[in-house]
Amino acid sequence: MATCLCDAFHDDVAAATVEVLERLGCEVLFPEGQTCCGQPAFNGGDWSASRKVVRHAVSTFASPEPVVVPSGSCAAMLFHGARLAFEGQPDLGAVTALGNRTWELGDFIVNGLGIRSWPGRFDARLALHRSCHTRGTGSSDAVALLLGSIEGVRMVEFGEGEQCCGFGGTFSVSFPHVSGSMGALKLDHVRQASPDVLVSGDMGCLMHLGGIATKEGKPLRTMHVAQVLRDAVLAKP
Amino acid sequence: MRTQPIDRAAAALPAETRASVYDGSKSGYDKRTKVLFDHYADPDRLRELAGEVKQHVVENLDTYLPALEARLLANGAKVHWASTAEAACEAVHGIMKARGARKLVKAKTMVSEEIGLEDYLTKRGIESLETDLGEFIVQLDHDHPSHIIKPIMHKNRRQIAETFEKNGLGAYDDRPEEITRRARGFLRHKYLEADVGLTGANFVVAESGRVVVVTNEGNSRFCLAATRCHIVLVGIEKILPRDRDLGLFLNLLARSGTGQHLTVYNEFISGPRGAGQPDGPEEMHVILVDNGRTEVLATECRDILRCIRCGACLNVCPVYRQSGGHAYRSVYPGPVGAVLSPLLLGKRFPEKADLPKASSLCGACNEVCPVNIPIPDLLLRLRDRAHREGVPSPGTPPMGAWAILATQPVAWRSALLAGRAINYLPTALVPVPALRAWESKRTLPPWRGGEFRRWLKARRK
Repeated sequence: MATCLCDAFHDDVAAATVEVLERLGCEVLFPEGQTCCGQPAFNGGDWSASRKVVRHAVSTFASPEPVVVPSGSCAAMLFHGARLAFEGQPDLGAVTALGNRTWELGDFIVNGLGIRSWPGRFDARLALHRSCHTRGTGSSDAVALLLGSIEGVRMVEFGEGEQCCGFGGTFSVSFPHVSGSMGALKLDHVRQASPDVLVSGDMGCLMHLGGIATKEGKPLRTMHVAQVLRDAVLAKP
Repeated sequence: MRTQPIDRAAAALPAETRASVYDGSKSGYDKRTKVLFDHYADPDRLRELAGEVKQHVVENLDTYLPALEARLLANGAKVHWASTAEAACEAVHGIMKARGARKLVKAKTMVSEEIGLEDYLTKRGIESLETDLGEFIVQLDHDHPSHIIKPIMHKNRRQIAETFEKNGLGAYDDRPEEITRRARGFLRHKYLEADVGLTGANFVVAESGRVVVVTNEGNSRFCLAATRCHIVLVGIEKILPRDRDLGLFLNLLARSGTGQHLTVYNEFISGPRGAGQPDGPEEMHVILVDNGRTEVLATECRDILRCIRCGACLNVCPVYRQSGGHAYRSVYPGPVGAVLSPLLLGKRFPEKADLPKASSLCGACNEVCPVNIPIPDLLLRLRDRAHREGVPSPGTPPMGAWAILATQPVAWRSALLAGRAINYLPTALVPVPALRAWESKRTLPPWRGGEFRRWLKARRK
């Protein structure tokens, strides 16, 4: 599942995801009918609209392969949020089944495929933003393990890592002040660690943080985990 | 552009107040983390266990409440049932009237805030004095608590020193030790003048009828030592099944709330003064307050009744840190308040239906909750309820058109291509408020709709 953000803005992240999975020997299928995981309406409170979109995802991803998503947030929507929205619905079973075979990319590589280190080289100081929707899942530790294993990578820690960046989907536009302030605070902490690149497994967080940094006139290089993994093993075109 | 009430309140919050709230909540979170993770290999297991105990109580209140009442009566306490705030206030007033009492000293209780007790009693000529230092300062300022356990988190020492000076408690002096000394000097006499001592209860135990009150200042002990009559105000959800559950809960409450191993004073009150006991109030009344709780019990959000009021979710919440407690317009602010406060309103839910929106759904509140309440899930359920009840939600993008696009692949792919227009149009001309809200704080990356699909197709040729 490419995610709607990558479909609309971050095509290179979706492409990197395909290249990374193919490098691992996976055959990547891309159901053309896919759209979105249903999270915007779910978080916005319109569960009936959300259920329509989730049902569409269930029918688009009907074949039994694992569904891999380059986003902890969209993955959590499918394995947690959708279940909540479908309580008492006749097709809860199908929704749960899709959730059960849905993986966030880093979690899939490390805990699904059993890969524990990554080849190639990437010379940079990386700060990893652990996105909130990976709380309680294996994703963050998986990604930290992979990135840390790449030759040339130096992982740097920053303060208040447990705090949210303020994106929060529709929250970013219905609470622009709080959202923007949370992002600015996060950037302060990140900059104190002076990384070359801020890395995350969620483009929502990075689009928000990168956008604030640029607006502040202090742009920060951001990359999705998939891009770092891809660039470590393949020369940039 | 219309935004949410809490966002506007946060934007209007003075920098000085935000700094106080940020420092107070961050230090609360840091202390909690240290004291839990330094002492336990797996503190999450404690939280899960405590959550199961409280969920069991919540789902069996119909048996625990009569059991508790029977124990309290057997212990010699009088039991009052208050289904509304008004009834709870009347019960307190009735007890005082019957004794001809005019003065009441109060230990900290959020239920008394919830029922508006001070106003009620003041209007009837009864002096009700807060003895918890934070609550005392709030009372002097005619203010409201902004945090469940640190009522003056929104104030700094300068502001408190000014309050003391204004209220005749000596010349300006902002040393915390001096502020505390003056408050103590003032309050000592008040304890002796009071007729009745009122406390809340952190827990009441069904098997023993024991009322458990914890404080760090010892003020509840003074309230009880000096008065003849003890009134306990307690929400009906504060029950624990057995005395031995207290080991787990007192431990978690102190560690989660204030980062202590144990609160300094833990009182276990088993009834009024018995024969042969040298001191203690001769009369004890327990007022069991419903005030909307049974309606919460009837909803899918009943898990919120597990809450033991530790304040850990407030401390960790990034929205609370930016907006402060008063932004929530409720006695219970922060994540727990965003769930509980609208629910306690019952049919008037729409008045506070905006509170559950004030969250990025980051889940930090659930991670720190000592009774493992799935707060984000409850916030989401309430958002759905608000939408079904047709409550307007300023700033939330409408989802109808999006759902149509996102269920029709051909339309979706066309929209991906058409979206490119925003790369060329000035934002001011794009009639999408969400886009303007986004760009008020951040830049938008270029629209590249359809590029990935084109790349994939070319690669697979």
